[in-house]
Amino acid sequence: MIGYLLSIFQDYTLRTVLLGSGILGITSGILGTFTLLRKQSLLGDAVSHSALPGIAIAFLLTKSSSPVVLLSGALIFGWVSSLCMMFIVKYSKIKYDGALGIVLSVFFGFGLVMLSVVQKLPNSRQAGLNKFLFGQAATLLKEDIITMGILSGIALIITFVFWKEFKLLVFNPEFGYTIGLPMKKIDILLTCLIVVAIVTGLQTVGVVLMSAMLIAPASAGRQWTDRLEIMAALAGFFGAVSGITGTLISSKTPNMPTGPVIVLISFALFAFSLLFAPKRGIISRLISAHKNNLTFKNNLKTTIRR
Amino acid sequence: MCKKVLEVNSLTAAYGDKPVLWDINIDVPEGIIMGIIGPNGAGKSTFIKSLLGLIKPVAGRVKIYGKPYKSVRKKVAYVPQRESVDWDFPTTVLDVVTMGLYGSIGWIKRPGKKEKQLALNALGKLGMKEYCNRQISKLSGGQQQRTFLARALVQDADLYLMDEPFQGVDALTEKAIINLIKELKNKGKTIIAVHHNLETVVEYFDWVMMLNVKCIALGPCKEVFTEENLAETYSSPEIPCQNIIIENEKSIYKSTKSALLRGEKI
Repeated sequence: MIGYLLSIFQDYTLRTVLLGSGILGITSGILGTFTLLRKQSLLGDAVSHSALPGIAIAFLLTKSSSPVVLLSGALIFGWVSSLCMMFIVKYSKIKYDGALGIVLSVFFGFGLVMLSVVQKLPNSRQAGLNKFLFGQAATLLKEDIITMGILSGIALIITFVFWKEFKLLVFNPEFGYTIGLPMKKIDILLTCLIVVAIVTGLQTVGVVLMSAMLIAPASAGRQWTDRLEIMAALAGFFGAVSGITGTLISSKTPNMPTGPVIVLISFALFAFSLLFAPKRGIISRLISAHKNNLTFKNNLKTTIRR
Repeated sequence: MCKKVLEVNSLTAAYGDKPVLWDINIDVPEGIIMGIIGPNGAGKSTFIKSLLGLIKPVAGRVKIYGKPYKSVRKKVAYVPQRESVDWDFPTTVLDVVTMGLYGSIGWIKRPGKKEKQLALNALGKLGMKEYCNRQISKLSGGQQQRTFLARALVQDADLYLMDEPFQGVDALTEKAIINLIKELKNKGKTIIAVHHNLETVVEYFDWVMMLNVKCIALGPCKEVFTEENLAETYSSPEIPCQNIIIENEKSIYKSTKSALLRGEKI
């Protein structure tokens, strides 16, 4: 066991890969806190699926598979998809969930078509765009980690700087407007950061399952606390743990895509929190309900005896 | 005549092609407590929101202290409807009250000791100090409403716009709120509140605005809170789809009317 752990720290490639999935977990956990509380969890699903055509088109246009190029394509398409949803809701009678479904399926379908176009090219194998579907952490290079690190670092710093404005945006945006804060701009900024958080995770987790990294760690964090700050910190921690563990398992098992493993682990953490968290956990609520019941019965007995 | 707090000229607002407010023209003087009454769907909340620019009116002009709202924002405090937020949000009472100061704290900075003290003082005035560290979902409806009022109080404004502050609160809270409103008035502040219970209109308010899409009447309660105006406000042949709701409101009106007939002071 100890030998195994040592081998991890000596293996340079593995270390790089683990660092990447840790970064991804922290960023998506913290930003997922906001999407979860805004009841916009599925926004992440639409944005991540919509990033796929961006990746393919960026490769077709530049013939380069450097992370900066591919992630820029993903960023642009992810961002455009969230704009599309906004416009559909604003200028038609279609509701948010309908708009989300339309955008997700159209962009993802377009992405798959573009991906098959890429695969017909002679140098497609070396581009390896398929890893963006379900994620393949083992293919992360130092260059990828640096790009991910810079993007996440910027996103986290901005989140920290605008913490109280984001909090007000989620809790009570109309009130925020009346005290003079530009709530629309703050909303756009938060959406941008969420798109960034999603894009940094695409290579590791993949477009299909990325939204789980926004939802599961944040939901798990919510179970343990009634403070936004602590919830976000816990979500970041759970995200990092699932990212790192998932990557370890998938890198030690041949042909195992990383995304699904990471997602299963984050779900396990969520399920544990759902059951065992004090106060909000299911078991603790059952126990307190049982206790209340007993007290009530005892009170009833003493009253009847009198 | 004292200074005008609010001047509204031909204000019209609509959701889609359905008008919610139609050609409202009113002036409100400083230092009064004014109630806005009217049946459901009469546009009471919309009226408050269009004063604040939360809803863009189709036509018309609003001036607060003689200026457009955006340049006097600091003088106006807004208490939204309690139901408008998710109370399961992970935060404390003190934190919500401190939000009233976010506009004046400035970017990047966090609320400090001074802000905390101001928030605690406001909570104290509403008898909520001991709840300051409680998670907001563990409050009663009345306590949640008092938290929102404390948040408006820390803003130290001159005009308070309250959307149904008495909705679903206990008797104790209702008393605490009306005492606070009267105290604010004594300091020369102006309070405008959306109200539902017709039986307490005369007791709580100096002025009343009777609204049903159009402004039916506006003025001191003694002059305008009459049977005819009430009948006109709560009957609305133009909006037939709301009959059921209006029937309900009419019964409130009838009980008030019979009380009037019995010669009771309402």
